[in-house]
Amino acid sequence: MTTDVFQKPFVVTETPLSIDRAMQQVTNPKAGAVNLFVGTVREWTGDKQTQYLEYEAYVEMAEKMLQKIGTEIQEKWPGARVTIQHRIGRMEISDIAVIVAVSTPHRNESYEASRHGIERIKQMVPIWKKEFWTDGESWVGNQQETVAYPEGKPENGGETNG
Amino acid sequence: MVKILFFAGLAEKTGKREMQIDEGTNWQVGQLREWLQEQYPQAKSELSHSMIAVNEEYATKDEWINDQDVVAFIPPVSGG
Repeated sequence: MTTDVFQKPFVVTETPLSIDRAMQQVTNPKAGAVNLFVGTVREWTGDKQTQYLEYEAYVEMAEKMLQKIGTEIQEKWPGARVTIQHRIGRMEISDIAVIVAVSTPHRNESYEASRHGIERIKQMVPIWKKEFWTDGESWVGNQQETVAYPEGKPENGGETNG
Repeated sequence: MVKILFFAGLAEKTGKREMQIDEGTNWQVGQLREWLQEQYPQAKSELSHSMIAVNEEYATKDEWINDQDVVAFIPPVSGG
């Protein structure tokens, strides 16, 4: 039997993601709400058409940063249980790229914690998306020189209360 | 010896994903970046627009690099 990568709650993997599995990982008797954020591959961005995507990651560091986000969530919303799973490699339209699953005792916190999780991923987790359009390819993200990091690190990159 | 990692568009620009260099030990992160910009002039702006991690933690340009450190240049991320 192969190792189940999803035994880790914070995982970056080429294995397809499952909403049911993520939900089961956070569901527990003290939870009254489970919030699932599911990021999927978009075909149309304005009038540009995506054929497929490729995600690349600095896997070891990305998993460490996801773990850090999980710790932030548990500190801000006590009782929360979290898993964050990001897929990498080639993905087709509507494939699941990321799942942030959070359970909390009450519903409000589950929305807030979920939002915090996905926003922090977009700030500081070393994962990159390459779009293969019908008319070419490009790395997505702010790679067009509009954001500078003169200090070398992102704002709040190492903070636990970003 | 210092290990350098490049990713995404930066890896494409430099033509490398990783390299080991004898320089770098006892440099600050910012000095290493300037040195790399001289080695890879085609990636000059990508290097200045990248975040930098030392041993998998984000670092500032003033941080010192030690022997055997792994320094990763991280272009603006686009996960999610």
